[in-house]
Amino acid sequence: MAAAVRAGVSGRILGRGSAVGARSMSSWWRSVEPAPKDPILGVTEAFLADPSPDKVNVGVGAYRDDNGKPVVLECVREAERRIAGNQNMEYLPMGGSVKMVEETLKLAYGEDSEFIKDKRIAAVQALSGTGACRLFADFQKRFSPDSQIYIPVPTWANHHNIWRDAHVPQRTYHYYHPESKGLDFAALMDDVKNAPNGSFFLLHACAHNPTGVDPSEDQWREISYQIKVKGHFPFFDMAYQGFASGDPERDAKAIRIFLEDGHAIGIAQSYAKNMGLYGQRVGCLSVLCEDEKQAIAVKSQLQQLARPMYSNPPVHGALVVSTILGDPELKSLWLKEVKVMADRIIGMRTALRENLEKLGSPLSWKHITEQIGMFCYSGMTPEQVDQLTKEYHIYLTRNGRISMAGVTTGNVGYLANAINEVTKSS
Amino acid sequence: MNPRDSSSSSPSDRRLSALARHLSSPSAGGVGGGVSRSLASSSSFARGDSVFSHVARAPEDPILGVTVAFNKDPSPVKLNLGVGAYRTEEGKPLVLNVVRQAEQQLINDRARVKEYLPIVGLVEFNKLSAKLIFGADSPAILENRVTTVQCLSGTGSLRVGGEFLARHYHQHTIYIPKPTWGNHPKVFTLAGLSVKYYRYYDPATRGLDFQGLLEDLGSAPLGAVVLLHACAHNPTGVDPTIQQWEQIRQLIRSRRQLPFFDSAYQGFASGNLDADAQSIRSFVADGGECLVAQSYAKNMGLYGERVGALSIVCRTADVAGRVESQLKLVIRPMYSNPPIHGASIVAAILRDREMYNEWTIELKAMADRIISMRHQLFDALRARGTPGDWSHIIKQIGMFTFTGLNSQQVAFMTKEYHIYMTSDGRISMAGLSSKTVPHLADAIHAAVARAV
Repeated sequence: MAAAVRAGVSGRILGRGSAVGARSMSSWWRSVEPAPKDPILGVTEAFLADPSPDKVNVGVGAYRDDNGKPVVLECVREAERRIAGNQNMEYLPMGGSVKMVEETLKLAYGEDSEFIKDKRIAAVQALSGTGACRLFADFQKRFSPDSQIYIPVPTWANHHNIWRDAHVPQRTYHYYHPESKGLDFAALMDDVKNAPNGSFFLLHACAHNPTGVDPSEDQWREISYQIKVKGHFPFFDMAYQGFASGDPERDAKAIRIFLEDGHAIGIAQSYAKNMGLYGQRVGCLSVLCEDEKQAIAVKSQLQQLARPMYSNPPVHGALVVSTILGDPELKSLWLKEVKVMADRIIGMRTALRENLEKLGSPLSWKHITEQIGMFCYSGMTPEQVDQLTKEYHIYLTRNGRISMAGVTTGNVGYLANAINEVTKSS
Repeated sequence: MNPRDSSSSSPSDRRLSALARHLSSPSAGGVGGGVSRSLASSSSFARGDSVFSHVARAPEDPILGVTVAFNKDPSPVKLNLGVGAYRTEEGKPLVLNVVRQAEQQLINDRARVKEYLPIVGLVEFNKLSAKLIFGADSPAILENRVTTVQCLSGTGSLRVGGEFLARHYHQHTIYIPKPTWGNHPKVFTLAGLSVKYYRYYDPATRGLDFQGLLEDLGSAPLGAVVLLHACAHNPTGVDPTIQQWEQIRQLIRSRRQLPFFDSAYQGFASGNLDADAQSIRSFVADGGECLVAQSYAKNMGLYGERVGALSIVCRTADVAGRVESQLKLVIRPMYSNPPIHGASIVAAILRDREMYNEWTIELKAMADRIISMRHQLFDALRARGTPGDWSHIIKQIGMFTFTGLNSQQVAFMTKEYHIYMTSDGRISMAGLSSKTVPHLADAIHAAVARAV
């Protein structure tokens, strides 16, 4: 009875209308500003909201087949069939799936890499390429607290966010040459030379995002040389291995050059595009060390950074990867399917360029076929992009980046026509 | 590689002239006197060249280290009571039937794709998770005042929430109970908050130090963030009573402190999903704001899939919208968007009435088995006449029991009886079975009864 009275009394005191209840309190978040929309993912949102039957999405970098549909690779479907019902879902170790990491290192460093044999690579499973970059950025902040990161201009926008959130000061280096729509090699080399010794450099291993402009092999050798002279640390973001040329070994060439030249490197690898595992968030962060002992130490510290972020990485995607790469037949199927994707994109580049040339565009479009990978840096201005979207319902990021994966034999003519219309008077 | 035609001299000419320039320059950069050595060497770089040479090996995680030691032990009677993952009577991990069903559904649906989820995750999963924890009829949900984002299990939800607070909340101190899950302080520190403790566990009673808790929260600053375990406190298993929760709520609201709930065991503690959410719901019912980190690791057995959700209950829908947009800015540079597989399984189960019901039955069976282990262990110790009051074993709730054994006793039990547990005396009841309870009881009895 007393308890009920007490409860009744406190109910009145602390009910909705009370001073101690919440009605008198205003929100803690009153002053929270609405955040700007993510420039890349915002494009897809706008595309989805558009009712026009002609709409084309060449915004986000996810592969589409020639019908404009997302693709789940057959090797992935088969791997999932084998996994379902047969595995428990226990926690992975903090460093993720050992098997998946082993196979992933082979792709980047080479099947017979001495560094793998000598156990000199500290490597952990990461949340796709983003997670790998972030883990490295946090590691860089903790263990090279005075260092800064040099980021190419332009780059994937999220790179800036990642190193900023890791509190690593960032600078930029020249990369894209707008006039030639190619590489600004001389300025790049100057920036490498002028950076303080021991700076960290972010390099796109292949299929630069967003420009599609990659250094030639010779240029990579010079870059490697100069970086070595300056004692810089090269960090590779490799999100498109296999997807650029169709041949994973070829796409790893830059990394192999740096390894030959004796650099200690770091690599972020992603299976989002080349295995079509986007939403599974599967990737790997590796750091090449002096010896096995140091690799063990570095790996343990990477785990210390992963633990307070997500404890241990998701198991499903890792199982898919290790099932495929661990089975010669499935791996062979994967390599075929990757080549199909890369070839389709190369084919679309050719088709888009030819269409524009046939339309008699006054501009040069050779950069469409000279650039490589998923993206084409068209050279269009933000205003021209806006016009494409408004008048033709074509969706792409305002930097003029076209995701070639969104181009199909069905829409390439429409796309070429639209691009020609908005650019022919420029 | 696309060939480039940038200059007339050959690459090797350019390299040689660069080298010559470099070696003749008095202010040559590079690695000091070792420049020529490092240029000449090929595949290996010399000791001391690595910028990470100074990195020391981190200590083993204390909890996971227990399993490592357990795995090494060849004894046939060894028992792993370390990590908090559910085990069956046979000591095996369990994948729920309803989870297998959901998995099959996903496999059989050829229309499913693996595209990126939105930054906030699977929208249907978010809505269903909010309903699960707050109640489908929660006024906060009906008024659109809740923003829910999919995160990587409980850890990820705590981290994203912590980072949001560090950026947007005026107080950057979080008060966490003593003791708490070992990862809590690290999560919040790396998120940018400073961590302080409030009294929680009373070793003398092996229960709640309620006075100490009220005093410490009473003297914590106005507006401080307070971490609360929604149910089945980890590691102690000691939860406030309903009345004590009410007093805690009044105190926190009167000091305008911000509650951050960690809900890792909903349904797993009492066997009833609503009962285990009661503490959270009473805070939401008063109209105030709070954060909630939800995990499906234990209650759906989805451990390694990393499925969870962070909800922030706000005063208005407009605020909730703005908060959500800022949460996206925290998530994008961390991992862009969350993993799809586990969330799809959860959504499949929660949206289907039959599967949901089946899940509640399987969940209750897990909770009941654990409660049964508690009673069996308590009875076994009483039967042996083990000195001391062991009633806390049946009073505590959830996966863990804080036995009250000290580290020497624990070490003794490991050495002589091959019992693996964390040195703070915590045992995972999920690791026990009817067959192994006697062995554990023997070990505890021996540890307690031996002359120290």
